[in-house]
Amino acid sequence: MAAQTQMKVSDQVAVEISKMNKWYGAFHVLRDIDLTVYQGERIVIAGPSGSGKSTLIRCINALEEHQKGSITVDGTLLSNDLKNIDKIRSEVGMVFQHFNLFPHLTIMENCTLAPIWVRKTPKKEAEEVAMHFLEKVKIPEQANKYPGQLSGGQQQRVAIARSLCMRPRIMLFDEPTSALDPEMISEVLDTMIQLAEEGMTMLCVTHEMGFARKVANRVIFMDQGQIVEQNEPEEFFNNPQSDRTKLFLSQILGH
Amino acid sequence: MSRDQFAFVRKHMLPEAPPPATQTGAIKWLRENLFSSPGNALLTIVSAYVVLQIIISTAPWFLNGVWESPSLSACREILDGKVGGCFAVLTERWNQLLFGFKYPSELYWRPGLAFLLLFIAAAPVLFAKVFPRKMLIFTGLYPFIAYWLIWGGSLMVPVFALLGVLVGAFVYSRMVTVNAGVAVIVAFVAALIFWILSGYVTASMENVLAIEAVASRDMGGFMINLMLGVVCVSLSLPLGILLALGRQSSMPIIKWICVVFIEFIRGVPLITLLFVANVVLAYFLPPGTNFDLILRVIIMITMFSSAYIAEVIRGGLAALPRGQYEAADSLGLDYAQAMQLIILPQALKISIPGIVNVAVGLFKDTTLVSVISMFDIVGMIRGPILASSEWNGVYWELFGFACVLFFITCYGISQYSQWLERQLRTDHR
Repeated sequence: MAAQTQMKVSDQVAVEISKMNKWYGAFHVLRDIDLTVYQGERIVIAGPSGSGKSTLIRCINALEEHQKGSITVDGTLLSNDLKNIDKIRSEVGMVFQHFNLFPHLTIMENCTLAPIWVRKTPKKEAEEVAMHFLEKVKIPEQANKYPGQLSGGQQQRVAIARSLCMRPRIMLFDEPTSALDPEMISEVLDTMIQLAEEGMTMLCVTHEMGFARKVANRVIFMDQGQIVEQNEPEEFFNNPQSDRTKLFLSQILGH
Repeated sequence: MSRDQFAFVRKHMLPEAPPPATQTGAIKWLRENLFSSPGNALLTIVSAYVVLQIIISTAPWFLNGVWESPSLSACREILDGKVGGCFAVLTERWNQLLFGFKYPSELYWRPGLAFLLLFIAAAPVLFAKVFPRKMLIFTGLYPFIAYWLIWGGSLMVPVFALLGVLVGAFVYSRMVTVNAGVAVIVAFVAALIFWILSGYVTASMENVLAIEAVASRDMGGFMINLMLGVVCVSLSLPLGILLALGRQSSMPIIKWICVVFIEFIRGVPLITLLFVANVVLAYFLPPGTNFDLILRVIIMITMFSSAYIAEVIRGGLAALPRGQYEAADSLGLDYAQAMQLIILPQALKISIPGIVNVAVGLFKDTTLVSVISMFDIVGMIRGPILASSEWNGVYWELFGFACVLFFITCYGISQYSQWLERQLRTDHR
């Protein structure tokens, strides 16, 4: 708990989701999602596969369209207006399970591309910013290599740096360590912990329960497209309320 | 089994060691590749024998070849019953094979110069890393310079054509902030209006800064194949990209226009399109309009190959992982930026072999224009040269020469594309 109390949460709303529903064809993936995320909050979303947790955070930056209800990000209502969507996307960073670095560009170009083209930052300044964040994720020496030459853990840290270069106010993590070898998971988690300590608003879909205990100030458990339970990590892990949560925790913490 | 048998702790890690030095050099290569087994040894000997026989039987034809002779009968007299090629037809009809039989001989230097300038214009596009970007200005001007050199006439025609492009570009740059799609259409219309209006102006300036004009029907030989090949490839690539993107568009009208265009053009033989260009199109145009035959053929071949290139690029787009689109989107890049910076560079790289396939095929298909009575290199050989009393009956030498010209060009394109693929590799380097 000590680490959590250090990190302050403001009462400013970062993301407001209300009565949000989504269907894939006839399949009801997300049902009546209500969620308010405050600035500086670190939320871990857990749940079995197919429970809609990835889809939920992908709706926040409009990678997936929702059909009912509303999502407001940083005061901007997410609608079909492309200008709104691009504005929200440039303020919300996202880190993917499979990194999704651009293989035809160097690490430096990966990091400077969006600031130069979307924010219209001068190239030199963008490179300085990129170098700053590459140092932060501890791989400045790889700046001129291509993604294909880096290990998985390094690629994921570049992906985090690439998002940070846009100076986002919110970061979304979609199972960032699921595609990594066990030895590389901790280097990525360390980077994320560091980010949390600096007060970044974070929504993480992850199976790393140690990470959830350590940095989250809220854990959300989803099943069948619904939020089943949410609580502080201590309470969530030690005193789960619903049967579904108890079963899930016993399965992932069982050995 | 006791614990002593498998318990083990490594005391120090092994250093990296070089691979064992086995026998190397030519003998090893021969043994591995030609004589690795009795069966392979036998095959090697048989193929060597076949190759030798081919060389023995064709060598005299090349070695005894006659390079100086006014006609086939004179050539046969010189050969005096020996086996030998009459290559004299190539030297005697050299200019006709390259420029056709009606292009004024004192103006051969003009297409020749245009051909040389082509290399300067193509260099910064083909070898972007070697040549300075400023050379692209010349590349942009080249089509107008080449047109003026080959067709001649008033300098005002290409100048006004260039101005029309600039007008379009200016309109586009003004409109693009509003909506890129609308900007393209408005810019195109503006350029078109400018060209139509400037047509009246240039008509009155026929003799301003004019050099001797050559009509399209006076052109021929390999020059036509090269012109059609270069123009159609460079036009059909951007058109193919647009069609491929259009086919993926979420806007139904654009999508269906592209689908219908691609499917229709791909379902029709090129030769029928060329007949349409030659004959049928004339019925639809108002009488008296002089719509240049070469221009009509360029339009048809470009449409044909752009449909194929569009499908090749669609394959490249489909091969890209969905994550690339999502990463581009999640960074806030708009559609045009995502396509230009992320998607197309990768999709085009994947599509290089397919695009080159279409380009090489297109270049060879330019010989089909001989069927609609244009005198390209095949048309020249089958028409004026073989029909002449001097050279009636020389087949191998002429068609062999045409093959060599096409082979050199196509092999060059193929080698370039393989080099380009190696250049663009960014993994495991």
